[in-house]
Amino acid sequence: MDSPTPTDGFAVKRHRLSTRLWHWLNAALLYVLFTSGLGIFNAHPRLYWGQYGANFDHAWLELERFPGWITLPGLYNLAMSRHWHLTAAPIFAFALLFYMLWSLANRHVTRDLAFRRDDLRPRHIWQDIKDHARLRFPTGQAALRYNVLQKASYIGVIFILLPLVILTGLTMAPGMNAAWPWLVDLFGGRQSARSLHFIAAFALAAFFIVHILMVILAGPINEVRSMITGRYRVPEERP
Amino acid sequence: MILTRRMALLGAGAMLTGCDRLASQDSVRKALFSAENFHRWAQRSLMARDALAQEFRPDQISPIFRANGTANPNTPAYKALWRNGFADWRLAVTGLVERPFSLSLAQLRTLPHREQITRHDCVEGWSAIGKWRGVPLRTILDGARLRDSARYLVFRCADDMGGGRPYYESIDLIDAFHPQTILAFALNDAPLTVANGAPMRLRVERQLGYKQAKYLMGIEAVATLDGIGKGKGGFWEDVAGYDWYAGI
Repeated sequence: MDSPTPTDGFAVKRHRLSTRLWHWLNAALLYVLFTSGLGIFNAHPRLYWGQYGANFDHAWLELERFPGWITLPGLYNLAMSRHWHLTAAPIFAFALLFYMLWSLANRHVTRDLAFRRDDLRPRHIWQDIKDHARLRFPTGQAALRYNVLQKASYIGVIFILLPLVILTGLTMAPGMNAAWPWLVDLFGGRQSARSLHFIAAFALAAFFIVHILMVILAGPINEVRSMITGRYRVPEERP
Repeated sequence: MILTRRMALLGAGAMLTGCDRLASQDSVRKALFSAENFHRWAQRSLMARDALAQEFRPDQISPIFRANGTANPNTPAYKALWRNGFADWRLAVTGLVERPFSLSLAQLRTLPHREQITRHDCVEGWSAIGKWRGVPLRTILDGARLRDSARYLVFRCADDMGGGRPYYESIDLIDAFHPQTILAFALNDAPLTVANGAPMRLRVERQLGYKQAKYLMGIEAVATLDGIGKGKGGFWEDVAGYDWYAGI
């Protein structure tokens, strides 16, 4: 959102190059990570809390194997799922790190994502929830700023969910346990970290579904174009 | 523009097929398999050479330690050893060493022990905590005196994985001389059961379960892993494409 000019029906430059690059890199990497992650999960589709957990121990969740259409590779192959997952994971983690630092440096976070005082007034939040429920999307000047629910979900994903999924992933690595034992303590054990990793992955999948839904409802061509070229056509004010 | 469930499924399916097709290309396959090198480098850069795997309190031990892989080698040779309480079993230390030797279980028991309560992490995702007692591998290697050309230690096992291919694994010298790398003969204060690798198994605590070779018969110091099995450094590495460095 670079210095928008309030020009109804006209195009403005909306997304920075760093945001666009990171967005599409994430789209590809999260897709690979989620589907290969389900492939890995299929090797032992049970989840536990605590330091240990195997077949004789109490599982809080026990699932059937995920079907082939949503796992990578399609045919069960733990080694290949791991190769995909462990190749994509470090690229994903470092991309997030650089994006966070870059967005702090270029003030994307403070200007566009941080809550303003007005955002957090209960009446404002309630109004925003009602607008979303009625699918009334902002127009004109208001469409150029993220609303409070958008800010909350972007902040939640960038600063909570994505770091959580990365750190719990690292916690499962026995080598990392020797390097950074505090990680295991932070999450209360390797099997707890595995459970949290699974929950965070599905929270991201839920974010993805809502995100796609909102893009479709808000005008998919304009929204997708703004994420490719950066140009965004400002919706005209409602009469 | 309405996405139906069917379209979404077809799209997801097409992309996954695309990924599978990508992975069948040599260059992509090579890239995917080389991530292991990055993780080995990154982990070893982050940790001290002798950084210890976590050790646990006795009350954190798993009620039942799950055994995995071969449950019983069941070969005539192994059965003969087992019937005799492993009195005739010998651990052979060979290869690039100044002083090759072999030791009986009784001799190994007289060497200094290390005891550690550690977590066993299977590549499949489960974990079990157990208390191991054994001889530090370093003690054996100090006795055998490695030659300068030795780079890896190969662990030969008694279990035949089919087609006359015995299980084997290998580690490099960093893990070989690590204080928690032991040749374990006891689990939870009892002699190793057959399911858990009797009479002796390797513990390399900073790596996954398939590195913890059971039913040890011999240790060989080598300069390269080429020419052993299919050259990937271990049975599952050869057969299923598992990473040789299993720290992740």
